[in-house]
Amino acid sequence: MAQLISRLRVWRGAVLLLAGLYFLVPLAASVWFSIDDPSGISFDAYTGLLSAPGFTDSLVLTLELAAVTVVVLLLLLVPAMIAVRLGAPKLRPVLEVVCTLPLVVPPVALTAGLIGVLRWGPDYLMDTPFFQTFVFVQQPEFPLVLVVAYVLMALPLAYRALDSGLRAVDVRTLVEAARNCGASWPRAVLSVIVPNLRGALLNAAFLTLALVLGEFTTASILGYQPFAVWIYSVGNSQGQMSVAVSVLSLLITWVLLLLLAAAGRERRHKTAATS
Amino acid sequence: MTTAPTPVPAPAAADPSGGPGAPGAATASPAPRPARRRPRGGAWLATVPLLAFFLVGFGLPAVAIVTGAFTVSGDAETGAGSFTTANLTDSVQGAYWTALLSSVKLSALTALIGTVLGVPIAQAVLTSRFRLLREAVLTASGVLANFGGLPLAFAFVATLGNAGEVTRMFHLTDHGWSLYSFSGLTVTYLYFLVPLMVLTITPALEGLRVQWREAAQNNRATALQYWRHVALPILFPSLLGGFVLLFGSAFAAYATAAAMVGATVPLISRQIADALSGNVLVGQGNLALALSLDMIIVAVLVMAVYLPLQRRSARWLS
Repeated sequence: MAQLISRLRVWRGAVLLLAGLYFLVPLAASVWFSIDDPSGISFDAYTGLLSAPGFTDSLVLTLELAAVTVVVLLLLLVPAMIAVRLGAPKLRPVLEVVCTLPLVVPPVALTAGLIGVLRWGPDYLMDTPFFQTFVFVQQPEFPLVLVVAYVLMALPLAYRALDSGLRAVDVRTLVEAARNCGASWPRAVLSVIVPNLRGALLNAAFLTLALVLGEFTTASILGYQPFAVWIYSVGNSQGQMSVAVSVLSLLITWVLLLLLAAAGRERRHKTAATS
Repeated sequence: MTTAPTPVPAPAAADPSGGPGAPGAATASPAPRPARRRPRGGAWLATVPLLAFFLVGFGLPAVAIVTGAFTVSGDAETGAGSFTTANLTDSVQGAYWTALLSSVKLSALTALIGTVLGVPIAQAVLTSRFRLLREAVLTASGVLANFGGLPLAFAFVATLGNAGEVTRMFHLTDHGWSLYSFSGLTVTYLYFLVPLMVLTITPALEGLRVQWREAAQNNRATALQYWRHVALPILFPSLLGGFVLLFGSAFAAYATAAAMVGATVPLISRQIADALSGNVLVGQGNLALALSLDMIIVAVLVMAVYLPLQRRSARWLS
């Protein structure tokens, strides 16, 4: 038995070592690449970031897009998913299909379709009020059309995150209990269900945030310049800086996710202790 | 709403998806209850915004793809097009067909390698004693699998590109290495596909019961026999499901290949982007839509395998 365990440890160690090498070497090499200079070591690529043209604008635009996407997505998805559990179970397969279909359409294809719609719209709706809508969703300061695309792309991820969260909660019993105590419908959902879903909501929000931060395809084809597109354009002229931003963004996202996991764990311990 | 005479649901139908405690709770509730607590009539209203958004945001582009793929653009004045299959036949010929094939080949190969490599890593991480390692690997997987794309491409250019650190250190170019080749793309794609597999397969591996392993050991099965005859057959639907997910992810990837400038590997996603950005002849918008349709068809075929299998694996591993 002891022999078996030690053999398992050796095997596990070897796998982890190899995997660790494969995943850490590119990161380490990138860091080295970004500070490696003919005259020695230089952190110019990092210090020059803030003053680089377009950096702040694109980052702000991306964060705004991400915030709006998260809010819209959760406002659309959470009520629908709770309602399906409470009183409209027949719609559940519909919801499942709706939230899975975007997986089948690659971002490039979705973008092609969006461009098709955006080109078709003005041709036929020139004289109607709808024309203003087309202009409105494409304004360069805040392209709402990107939000539409991002919500669709994030739908499968968010659905799965929320679904696993809802599975762990007996929505029906909780709501009935709250209603028996005299709570109104909105109150029962807001102050009983939503707090129980905190972890799942955070998870869904975070996945969406990561997706929007990293999204490149749709924005670049449609000609907007959020963060990822900015990194790309920088890569053409200043290789070191693009690598520096890439490494930074990967690490920052990772740390955020670790913090989130820690927060979720705390919450679990608390609920386990009280139940 | 308060007076609606709703029939009391049968306990058995109450909660098909509930956890272990749910059936007991459902049967324990008293049969005759006041009927005012369920929003029988109105609950579906809450799904309307989502469905409406989906119809407009997803439905219109989908219609645009299908109709656009089958029309030839008429003169600019009237905008009237006529039905044709020329776009579609063009899209599966010549350079476009090569790109589609090479996309499928790259996705299938990387998905296969990713599936094979992901399982032992996930298992090693899961059984590790270090909680922190587990947390770190799973979150890092989440970042790489969902956020990857562009940063990843730049990291690989810095590492294994022509002037990359590792390339220079080991003089890889002399050995015929190039990042901008099929094998280079494969290595890069694996960097986000393996984490995706780790994420996907972890719940299934967690679902393998210790008792099954103990039972196998009590019957003097070796570790190899346990995996060969017990664990892998149970995991098989999850593995295939993971493979499909990886395939779809690699197939749809665009940023990674686009950022590795000078890519000599033709990929369908890049062809669509080129056609859309007008890097080629004007009026190829409909060809881009036809190519998109091709892509969707491939993805649908692959997904058609995934969904039923996911349900089957849920039977064992819940």
